[in-house]
Amino acid sequence: MITAERKPLEELIEYIKPFKRILLLGCNECVTVCAAGGRKEVGLLASGLQMAMLKTGNNIEIRQHTLERQCDPEYVEELVPMIDSADAVMSMACGCGVQQIAMRFKDKPVFPAVNTTFMGASERQGVWAERCQGCGNCLLGITGGICPIARCAKQLMNGPCGGSTGGRCEISEDVDCAWQLIWDRLKALGLQDRYLDIVPAKDWRTGGGSGPRKIIREDLAE
Amino acid sequence: MENFEPVIVAFCCHYCAYTAADMAGSQRLPYPPNVKIVQIPCSGKIDALHIVTAFEKGADGVYVAGCLEGDCHFKNGNTRAARRIEFVKKYLEEIGIESERLEMVNVSAGMGHRFAQVATEITDKIRKLGPSPIRTALAQ
Repeated sequence: MITAERKPLEELIEYIKPFKRILLLGCNECVTVCAAGGRKEVGLLASGLQMAMLKTGNNIEIRQHTLERQCDPEYVEELVPMIDSADAVMSMACGCGVQQIAMRFKDKPVFPAVNTTFMGASERQGVWAERCQGCGNCLLGITGGICPIARCAKQLMNGPCGGSTGGRCEISEDVDCAWQLIWDRLKALGLQDRYLDIVPAKDWRTGGGSGPRKIIREDLAE
Repeated sequence: MENFEPVIVAFCCHYCAYTAADMAGSQRLPYPPNVKIVQIPCSGKIDALHIVTAFEKGADGVYVAGCLEGDCHFKNGNTRAARRIEFVKKYLEEIGIESERLEMVNVSAGMGHRFAQVATEITDKIRKLGPSPIRTALAQ
Protein backbone atom coordinates (compact mmCIF):
# COMPACT_ATOMS: atom_id res chain seq x y z
CA MET A 1 0.00 0.00 0.00
CA ILE A 2 0.97 3.64 -0.26
CA THR A 3 1.77 4.97 3.20
CA ALA A 4 1.41 8.51 4.46
CA GLU A 5 1.62 10.59 7.60
CA ARG A 6 -0.39 13.64 8.57
CA LYS A 7 1.36 16.97 8.19
CA PRO A 8 1.79 19.11 11.31
CA LEU A 9 -1.37 21.02 12.21
CA GLU A 10 0.54 24.30 12.02
CA GLU A 11 1.33 23.79 8.33
CA LEU A 12 -2.28 22.85 7.54
CA ILE A 13 -3.62 25.93 9.32
CA GLU A 14 -1.36 28.14 7.20
CA TYR A 15 -2.90 26.59 4.06
CA ILE A 16 -6.50 27.11 5.02
CA LYS A 17 -6.18 30.42 6.89
CA PRO A 18 -7.55 32.58 4.04
CA PHE A 19 -10.63 30.38 3.54
CA LYS A 20 -13.93 30.02 5.36
CA ARG A 21 -15.50 26.86 3.94
CA ILE A 22 -13.28 23.83 3.63
CA LEU A 23 -14.09 20.48 2.07
CA LEU A 24 -11.94 17.92 3.90
CA LEU A 25 -11.54 14.74 1.91
CA GLY A 26 -10.46 11.29 2.98
CA CYS A 27 -9.78 8.21 0.91
CA ASN A 28 -10.96 4.69 1.71
CA GLU A 29 -7.93 2.95 0.25
CA CYS A 30 -4.26 2.90 1.32
CA VAL A 31 -4.37 5.92 3.64
CA THR A 32 -7.26 4.32 5.55
CA VAL A 33 -5.23 1.15 6.09
CA CYS A 34 -2.17 3.06 7.30
CA ALA A 35 -4.38 5.22 9.55
CA ALA A 36 -3.37 8.49 7.90
CA GLY A 37 -6.34 9.71 5.87
CA GLY A 38 -9.44 7.55 6.20
CA ARG A 39 -12.86 8.51 7.53
CA LYS A 40 -11.67 8.43 11.13
CA GLU A 41 -8.62 10.60 10.50
CA VAL A 42 -10.79 13.05 8.56
CA GLY A 43 -13.03 13.40 11.64
CA LEU A 44 -10.05 13.86 13.91
CA LEU A 45 -8.42 16.46 11.70
CA ALA A 46 -11.69 18.34 11.15
CA SER A 47 -12.16 18.57 14.89
CA GLY A 48 -8.55 19.64 15.48
CA LEU A 49 -8.61 22.29 12.76
CA GLN A 50 -11.96 23.58 13.96
CA MET A 51 -10.63 24.02 17.49
CA ALA A 52 -7.27 25.47 16.46
CA MET A 53 -9.00 28.04 14.26
CA LEU A 54 -11.60 28.81 16.93
CA LYS A 55 -8.78 29.63 19.33
CA THR A 56 -7.57 32.33 16.96
CA GLY A 57 -11.08 33.73 16.64
CA ASN A 58 -11.79 32.21 13.24
CA ASN A 59 -14.91 30.16 12.86
CA ILE A 60 -14.53 27.98 9.82
CA GLU A 61 -16.95 25.52 8.30
CA ILE A 62 -15.50 22.10 7.53
CA ARG A 63 -17.45 19.59 5.51
CA GLN A 64 -16.13 16.05 5.70
CA HIS A 65 -16.33 13.48 2.96
CA THR A 66 -14.45 10.28 2.26
CA LEU A 67 -14.25 8.87 -1.24
CA GLU A 68 -13.91 5.21 -2.06
CA ARG A 69 -10.78 5.98 -4.09
CA GLN A 70 -9.50 9.47 -4.67
CA CYS A 71 -7.11 8.43 -7.45
CA ASP A 72 -10.01 7.32 -9.64
CA PRO A 73 -11.97 9.91 -11.69
CA GLU A 74 -15.30 8.06 -11.38
CA TYR A 75 -15.27 8.47 -7.60
CA VAL A 76 -14.02 12.07 -7.78
CA GLU A 77 -17.19 12.89 -9.75
CA GLU A 78 -19.12 12.33 -6.51
CA LEU A 79 -17.82 15.68 -5.34
CA VAL A 80 -19.57 17.70 -8.04
CA PRO A 81 -22.68 18.52 -5.94
CA MET A 82 -20.62 19.68 -2.94
CA ILE A 83 -17.65 21.43 -4.52
CA ASP A 84 -19.39 24.78 -5.08
CA SER A 85 -20.10 25.22 -1.40
CA ALA A 86 -16.38 25.02 -0.57
CA ASP A 87 -13.79 27.77 -0.88
CA ALA A 88 -10.93 25.27 -0.77
CA VAL A 89 -10.31 21.55 -0.59
CA MET A 90 -7.95 19.75 1.76
CA SER A 91 -7.21 16.15 0.86
CA MET A 92 -5.97 13.45 3.19
CA ALA A 93 -5.29 11.09 0.27
CA CYS A 94 -1.84 10.34 -1.14
CA GLY A 95 -0.32 12.68 -3.70
CA CYS A 96 -2.19 10.88 -6.49
CA GLY A 97 -5.55 11.71 -4.91
CA VAL A 98 -4.64 15.33 -4.30
CA GLN A 99 -3.64 15.72 -7.95
CA GLN A 100 -6.84 14.08 -9.21
CA ILE A 101 -8.89 16.61 -7.26
CA ALA A 102 -6.77 19.50 -8.50
CA MET A 103 -7.11 18.30 -12.08
CA ARG A 104 -10.88 17.84 -11.90
CA PHE A 105 -11.71 21.07 -10.06
CA LYS A 106 -9.43 23.59 -11.70
CA ASP A 107 -10.87 26.65 -9.97
CA LYS A 108 -10.51 25.30 -6.41
CA PRO A 109 -7.35 25.54 -4.35
CA VAL A 110 -6.42 22.03 -3.20
CA PHE A 111 -4.06 21.36 -0.30
CA PRO A 112 -2.44 18.12 0.85
CA ALA A 113 -2.99 17.16 4.48
CA VAL A 114 -0.55 14.26 4.49
CA ASN A 115 3.00 13.59 3.39
CA THR A 116 2.94 10.59 1.07
CA THR A 117 5.84 8.51 2.23
CA PHE A 118 6.49 5.14 0.59
CA MET A 119 5.09 1.88 -0.77
CA GLY A 120 5.20 -0.39 2.20
CA ALA A 121 3.85 -3.36 4.05
CA SER A 122 2.58 -3.73 7.59
CA GLU A 123 5.15 -5.37 9.90
CA ARG A 124 2.72 -5.46 12.81
CA GLN A 125 -0.14 -3.29 14.04
CA GLY A 126 0.87 0.34 13.74
CA VAL A 127 4.21 -0.33 12.02
CA TRP A 128 4.75 0.01 8.28
CA ALA A 129 8.03 -0.48 6.42
CA GLU A 130 9.20 0.34 2.93
CA ARG A 131 9.19 -2.68 0.64
CA CYS A 132 8.96 -1.46 -2.96
CA GLN A 133 10.20 1.50 -4.97
CA GLY A 134 8.29 0.72 -8.15
CA CYS A 135 11.47 0.35 -10.23
CA GLY A 136 9.47 -1.13 -13.08
CA ASN A 137 11.62 -4.24 -13.49
CA CYS A 138 11.09 -6.54 -10.53
CA LEU A 139 14.12 -8.43 -9.25
CA LEU A 140 12.42 -10.36 -6.48
CA GLY A 141 12.58 -13.58 -8.52
CA ILE A 142 16.37 -13.68 -8.23
CA THR A 143 16.75 -12.16 -4.78
CA GLY A 144 14.73 -14.63 -2.75
CA GLY A 145 11.70 -12.35 -2.51
CA ILE A 146 13.61 -9.55 -0.76
CA CYS A 147 14.06 -6.27 -2.61
CA PRO A 148 17.57 -4.77 -2.68
CA ILE A 149 16.23 -1.60 -4.33
CA ALA A 150 13.82 -0.72 -1.52
CA ARG A 151 15.66 -2.30 1.38
CA CYS A 152 19.38 -1.78 0.70
CA ALA A 153 20.45 1.78 1.53
CA LYS A 154 22.87 1.71 -1.42
CA GLN A 155 20.48 -0.13 -3.75
CA LEU A 156 23.27 -2.58 -4.52
CA MET A 157 22.62 -5.13 -7.21
CA ASN A 158 25.38 -7.40 -5.93
CA GLY A 159 25.71 -7.15 -2.19
CA PRO A 160 26.37 -6.99 0.61
CA CYS A 161 28.79 -4.11 0.96
CA GLY A 162 31.48 -3.74 3.63
CA GLY A 163 29.08 -1.88 5.89
CA SER A 164 27.09 -5.00 6.69
CA THR A 165 27.84 -6.18 10.22
CA GLY A 166 26.05 -8.95 12.06
CA GLY A 167 23.17 -8.76 9.60
CA ARG A 168 22.68 -5.02 10.18
CA CYS A 169 23.19 -2.10 7.84
CA GLU A 170 25.80 0.52 8.67
CA ILE A 171 23.22 3.32 8.47
CA SER A 172 21.46 2.08 11.60
CA GLU A 173 21.43 -0.90 13.92
CA ASP A 174 17.67 -1.00 13.45
CA VAL A 175 17.95 -1.64 9.71
CA ASP A 176 18.49 -5.17 8.46
CA CYS A 177 21.08 -5.65 5.76
CA ALA A 178 18.91 -6.55 2.75
CA TRP A 179 21.70 -8.59 1.20
CA GLN A 180 22.18 -10.59 4.39
CA LEU A 181 18.44 -11.32 4.31
CA ILE A 182 18.69 -12.29 0.64
CA TRP A 183 21.62 -14.64 1.28
CA ASP A 184 19.97 -16.26 4.32
CA ARG A 185 16.81 -16.87 2.38
CA LEU A 186 18.51 -18.20 -0.75
CA LYS A 187 20.49 -20.57 1.47
CA ALA A 188 17.35 -21.75 3.25
CA LEU A 189 15.73 -22.39 -0.11
CA GLY A 190 18.82 -24.18 -1.48
CA LEU A 191 19.14 -21.57 -4.22
CA GLN A 192 22.64 -20.31 -3.43
CA ASP A 193 23.61 -20.61 -7.10
CA ARG A 194 21.46 -17.56 -7.85
CA TYR A 195 23.68 -15.51 -5.59
CA LEU A 196 26.67 -16.29 -7.76
CA ASP A 197 25.13 -14.68 -10.85
CA ILE A 198 26.46 -11.16 -11.30
CA VAL A 199 23.54 -8.80 -11.87
CA PRO A 200 24.46 -6.05 -14.34
CA ALA A 201 23.96 -2.36 -13.54
CA LYS A 202 20.27 -1.56 -13.42
CA ASP A 203 18.58 0.21 -16.28
CA TRP A 204 16.69 2.96 -14.48
CA ARG A 205 14.62 3.99 -17.48
CA THR A 206 11.84 1.74 -16.20
CA GLY A 207 12.18 3.28 -12.75
CA GLY A 208 11.39 6.87 -13.63
CA GLY A 209 14.78 7.61 -15.20
CA SER A 210 13.16 8.66 -18.45
CA GLY A 211 10.46 10.87 -16.98
CA PRO A 212 6.92 10.25 -15.69
CA ARG A 213 5.73 6.77 -16.47
CA LYS A 214 2.42 5.68 -17.91
CA ILE A 215 0.76 2.32 -18.45
CA ILE A 216 -1.60 2.01 -21.38
CA ARG A 217 -3.59 -1.19 -21.68
CA GLU A 218 -4.87 -1.19 -25.23
CA ASP A 219 -7.59 -3.73 -24.40
CA LEU A 220 -8.97 -1.54 -21.60
CA ALA A 221 -8.20 2.04 -22.59
CA GLU A 222 -11.00 4.09 -24.14
CA MET B 1 -13.58 33.24 34.98
CA GLU B 2 -15.26 33.76 38.31
CA ASN B 3 -17.24 30.88 39.81
CA PHE B 4 -15.84 28.60 37.18
CA GLU B 5 -17.36 25.13 37.30
CA PRO B 6 -15.48 22.77 35.02
CA VAL B 7 -17.24 20.29 32.77
CA ILE B 8 -15.43 16.98 32.95
CA VAL B 9 -16.26 13.96 30.84
CA ALA B 10 -15.30 10.59 32.32
CA PHE B 11 -15.35 7.65 29.93
CA CYS B 12 -15.78 4.72 32.31
CA CYS B 13 -15.29 1.05 31.53
CA HIS B 14 -18.40 -1.02 32.25
CA TYR B 15 -16.38 -3.70 34.08
CA CYS B 16 -14.54 -1.48 36.54
CA ALA B 17 -14.86 2.30 36.83
CA TYR B 18 -18.57 2.40 36.00
CA THR B 19 -19.24 -0.20 38.67
CA ALA B 20 -16.88 1.68 41.02
CA ALA B 21 -19.02 4.79 40.48
CA ASP B 22 -22.05 2.70 41.47
CA MET B 23 -20.14 1.50 44.48
CA ALA B 24 -19.29 5.08 45.45
CA GLY B 25 -23.00 5.87 45.21
CA SER B 26 -24.12 2.97 47.37
CA GLN B 27 -21.43 3.82 49.92
CA ARG B 28 -22.80 7.40 49.97
CA LEU B 29 -19.39 8.77 49.00
CA PRO B 30 -19.65 12.27 47.55
CA TYR B 31 -17.82 13.31 44.39
CA PRO B 32 -18.14 16.51 42.33
CA PRO B 33 -21.18 16.76 40.05
CA ASN B 34 -18.85 18.29 37.42
CA VAL B 35 -17.94 14.77 36.34
CA LYS B 36 -20.26 13.50 33.59
CA ILE B 37 -19.95 9.76 33.22
CA VAL B 38 -20.15 8.03 29.84
CA GLN B 39 -20.30 4.26 30.09
CA ILE B 40 -18.14 2.36 27.59
CA PRO B 41 -17.87 -1.43 27.20
CA CYS B 42 -14.07 -1.35 27.77
CA SER B 43 -11.56 1.49 28.06
CA GLY B 44 -10.02 0.02 24.89
CA LYS B 45 -13.21 1.07 23.08
CA ILE B 46 -12.28 4.72 23.51
CA ASP B 47 -11.30 6.41 20.29
CA ALA B 48 -9.25 9.56 19.79
CA LEU B 49 -12.30 11.02 18.08
CA HIS B 50 -14.50 10.59 21.21
CA ILE B 51 -11.99 12.51 23.30
CA VAL B 52 -11.35 15.27 20.78
CA THR B 53 -15.09 15.70 20.20
CA ALA B 54 -15.64 16.14 23.94
CA PHE B 55 -13.13 19.01 23.94
CA GLU B 56 -14.64 20.44 20.76
CA LYS B 57 -18.06 20.53 22.45
CA GLY B 58 -16.62 22.47 25.37
CA ALA B 59 -15.37 19.96 27.94
CA ASP B 60 -12.68 21.39 30.23
CA GLY B 61 -11.26 18.01 31.10
CA VAL B 62 -11.59 14.40 30.00
CA TYR B 63 -10.49 11.20 31.64
CA VAL B 64 -10.70 7.59 30.68
CA ALA B 65 -11.06 5.12 33.51
CA GLY B 66 -10.09 1.53 32.85
CA CYS B 67 -9.36 -1.60 34.84
CA LEU B 68 -6.20 -2.11 36.86
CA GLU B 69 -3.20 -3.23 34.87
CA GLY B 70 -3.49 -6.91 33.98
CA ASP B 71 -7.17 -7.01 34.89
CA CYS B 72 -8.82 -6.00 31.61
CA HIS B 73 -11.91 -8.09 30.87
CA PHE B 74 -10.78 -8.10 27.23
CA LYS B 75 -7.13 -8.84 28.07
CA ASN B 76 -5.39 -5.62 27.03
CA GLY B 77 -8.01 -2.95 26.31
CA ASN B 78 -6.75 -0.75 29.14
CA THR B 79 -3.12 -0.78 27.97
CA ARG B 80 -4.26 0.04 24.45
CA ALA B 81 -6.35 2.89 25.84
CA ALA B 82 -3.33 4.23 27.74
CA ARG B 83 -1.30 4.33 24.51
CA ARG B 84 -4.13 6.07 22.73
CA ILE B 85 -4.36 8.67 25.49
CA GLU B 86 -0.66 9.48 25.03
CA PHE B 87 -1.30 9.93 21.30
CA VAL B 88 -4.26 12.26 21.91
CA LYS B 89 -2.29 14.26 24.49
CA LYS B 90 0.25 15.12 21.78
CA TYR B 91 -2.55 16.06 19.39
CA LEU B 92 -4.15 18.31 22.00
CA GLU B 93 -0.83 20.15 22.45
CA GLU B 94 -0.71 20.63 18.67
CA ILE B 95 -4.20 22.11 18.75
CA GLY B 96 -3.25 24.36 21.66
CA ILE B 97 -5.08 22.60 24.51
CA GLU B 98 -3.03 21.72 27.61
CA SER B 99 -2.44 17.95 27.63
CA GLU B 100 -2.97 17.92 31.43
CA ARG B 101 -6.67 18.20 30.68
CA LEU B 102 -6.67 14.57 29.59
CA GLU B 103 -5.84 11.63 31.82
CA MET B 104 -5.98 7.87 31.98
CA VAL B 105 -6.77 6.33 35.36
CA ASN B 106 -7.09 2.75 36.56
CA VAL B 107 -9.78 1.69 39.02
CA SER B 108 -11.18 -1.70 39.96
CA ALA B 109 -14.92 -2.38 40.37
CA GLY B 110 -14.57 -2.53 44.14
CA MET B 111 -12.78 0.82 44.47
CA GLY B 112 -15.72 3.14 45.13
CA HIS B 113 -13.52 5.17 47.40
CA ARG B 114 -10.80 5.58 44.79
CA PHE B 115 -13.37 6.52 42.15
CA ALA B 116 -14.65 9.38 44.31
CA GLN B 117 -11.08 10.42 45.14
CA VAL B 118 -9.99 10.47 41.48
CA ALA B 119 -13.10 12.43 40.46
CA THR B 120 -12.38 15.00 43.19
CA GLU B 121 -8.67 15.29 42.37
CA ILE B 122 -9.23 15.71 38.65
CA THR B 123 -11.99 18.27 39.20
CA ASP B 124 -9.66 20.26 41.49
CA LYS B 125 -6.86 20.10 38.94
CA ILE B 126 -9.07 21.29 36.07
CA ARG B 127 -10.56 24.01 38.26
CA LYS B 128 -7.02 25.31 38.84
CA LEU B 129 -6.23 25.12 35.11
CA GLY B 130 -9.31 27.22 34.35
CA PRO B 131 -11.73 26.88 31.44
CA SER B 132 -10.46 25.16 28.33
CA PRO B 133 -9.40 27.59 25.58
CA ILE B 134 -12.09 26.08 23.36
CA ARG B 135 -14.84 26.66 25.90
CA THR B 136 -13.62 30.25 26.26
CA ALA B 137 -13.62 30.72 22.49
CA LEU B 138 -17.09 29.15 22.17
CA ALA B 139 -18.45 31.56 24.77
CA GLN B 140 -17.25 34.60 22.82
